[in-house]
Amino acid sequence: MPSDTILLLGVNHKTTPLAVREQLALGKGYAEPLHALRDIAGCKECYLLSTCNRVEILMIAQENDQVEDHITELLFGTSVAPEHRQNYLYTYRNLEAVHHLFMVATSLDSMIVGEAQILGQLKEAYRHATESKYTGPILNKLLHKAFSVAKRVRSETQIGASAVSISYAAVELAKKIFGTIEDKTVLLIGAGEMAELAAEHLVGQGVHKVVVVNRTLSRAMDLAKRFNGSAASLEELFPQLEQADIVISSTGAPNIILHKQDMKPIMRARRNEPIFFIDIAVPRDLDPGLNDLDNVYLYDIDDLQNVVEVNKSERDKEAIKARRIVDEEALRFQAWLDGLAVVPTIAALRKKADDICQGELERTLCRLHLTPDEQKCIERMALSISSKLLHDPLTYLKEASCRDQNNIKVEMIRAAFGLGEEP
Amino acid sequence: MMDETSHFLFYMVLGTSLLALVVYGVFFVNQRERLRHLARQALLAAGVLQTLYILLRYLEAGYTPITSQHETIVFFAWSVTWAYLSFRWRYTVKNFGLFITAFVCILLLIASISPRAINPLAPALQSLWLPVHAGIAVISYGFLALAFCGGIMYLLQEHELKSKRFGFFFTRLPSLDALDQLNSHCLAIGFVLLTLGIITGSIWARQAWGTYWHWDPKETWSLITWFLYAAQIHQRFSAGWRGKRAAVMAIIGFSSVLFTLWGVTFLLGGIHSYAQ
Repeated sequence: MPSDTILLLGVNHKTTPLAVREQLALGKGYAEPLHALRDIAGCKECYLLSTCNRVEILMIAQENDQVEDHITELLFGTSVAPEHRQNYLYTYRNLEAVHHLFMVATSLDSMIVGEAQILGQLKEAYRHATESKYTGPILNKLLHKAFSVAKRVRSETQIGASAVSISYAAVELAKKIFGTIEDKTVLLIGAGEMAELAAEHLVGQGVHKVVVVNRTLSRAMDLAKRFNGSAASLEELFPQLEQADIVISSTGAPNIILHKQDMKPIMRARRNEPIFFIDIAVPRDLDPGLNDLDNVYLYDIDDLQNVVEVNKSERDKEAIKARRIVDEEALRFQAWLDGLAVVPTIAALRKKADDICQGELERTLCRLHLTPDEQKCIERMALSISSKLLHDPLTYLKEASCRDQNNIKVEMIRAAFGLGEEP
Repeated sequence: MMDETSHFLFYMVLGTSLLALVVYGVFFVNQRERLRHLARQALLAAGVLQTLYILLRYLEAGYTPITSQHETIVFFAWSVTWAYLSFRWRYTVKNFGLFITAFVCILLLIASISPRAINPLAPALQSLWLPVHAGIAVISYGFLALAFCGGIMYLLQEHELKSKRFGFFFTRLPSLDALDQLNSHCLAIGFVLLTLGIITGSIWARQAWGTYWHWDPKETWSLITWFLYAAQIHQRFSAGWRGKRAAVMAIIGFSSVLFTLWGVTFLLGGIHSYAQ
């Protein structure tokens, strides 16, 4: 059987700096990239995950030399010269790919190990892929498995207990800058999901006030209502910055929305009150030069990783346990996949039997003039003869004990029943 | 006999201060709460011993021991220690004790190599103004030294936050806001005392030398120091100078204090330089 490969290609926060990730062609939206992936020759099923920390493509494809190149080309577009791509890209096949997907789903591969956001993002990505029917039997099974592995890890280990996420790191930093955050004001620029999560955490830590600034005011008002805060339009950003202490920016804007030059007069108006910017948008919303200003602290997603490293060791123990679960489940999936090798043969065998039954029944029944009830009886008899005959060869094919010999078994059955070469 | 007791007491002071420093140092590294308690006890003991040493010296000499190099520095160390302890009593600034104790130990080590002989008091200094003027001035230095140490800690922590590489200091140093408030409080107290020190000095000068102001190097440098701090406090209230700038100013201001204390005496001389 010229088997299909499970191919996983991607870049993440470990391999690729933010500046490069921002430029990726596949990093924007789902619909178009998925469509482009589907059009690659040899692609049978595909799925794309795009978060601010990673872009990963999972594809079931008939392996040929070009598939990988095509995906790489799509992923990087014109942003990275071909000779540098290998520095950023990782490629996994089959078992390794499954393993990696499970690592991602269980958040073991996350910037902040144990955070729960990734599972939601994975489900979201899967929804996009299924809506356009880009996934098939293998990916459907694989992703559902990934979700259940994530659930298992969460319930069997303490990995999520310290509930660490970007927002957790942000709170730690805010406390080092402000001492206490209880009398501080949080300004959300953009009403994205990430910003919402971060704000939720800050409010949980007792932040005094939340202000939401968004391009569409209605969305800002919705979010503000959740936190008993106030809303403002994007035009009011600068006056709002004079009041805020912690700013979380996550707009989808393609360009920088706040430059160093804009911030200088604002700092004067603030009388140099310290201000803490967290830029979780990709591409970046805030000018990296802001960090050079006195009393301005700017962190983007990559920077936050460092904060997390500080208290990482406690979670490492739980991570080992979680990793074992992932290993186990990946092997289990591999077994299922191996079993899948016999599926086309089983189907072909069933089809052949059905065809023979149907053919013979038609010929016989039109010569006999039977009542409908009698016809049904004959049909039932034919079907049960064929299925009883098939029972043994099918059991033999499905037998789990000698999976490694699947190829031999398939060949033998195909020859014996005259099913021809595998498609 | 008294002389020996005095020597012994000084080494006790030095020993307990160094002990406090070592314990604070170990606490800084491993952050065990029990050690901090111990270090604080040691520093408190050092503070009490310093007080006893100064009292003993007062009895020995018959005047407030704040004239010679050795005496001034011990008094300086005493004022830093008690300024910190009084502060500590009101609110805590994480690991501030280590920096203060290190500073106190440096002062005491300098004092230990300065001549400890008791000289008869110069006629010009035989006045009630001596403890008042010199005492207030050196106590103000104590609070300014706190601002200086806080400034150094601020710069260290700010560097960690700005460079985003969280090393050794990040978790161990307090928040920037705490350090900035410390700076503001210590300067407020230190500046008021410094002003009083200059005013009392001026009144004394009128009595001793006939004019309020002499433009003697020490007076000039005190005035420079005063202006540095005055400018900083003014800027904090008017233009919101805070954070890094305030920390740097506290360090510059304190350098000027140190120069007034030592630089003037050894480099510039003048009629104020009794402590030779």
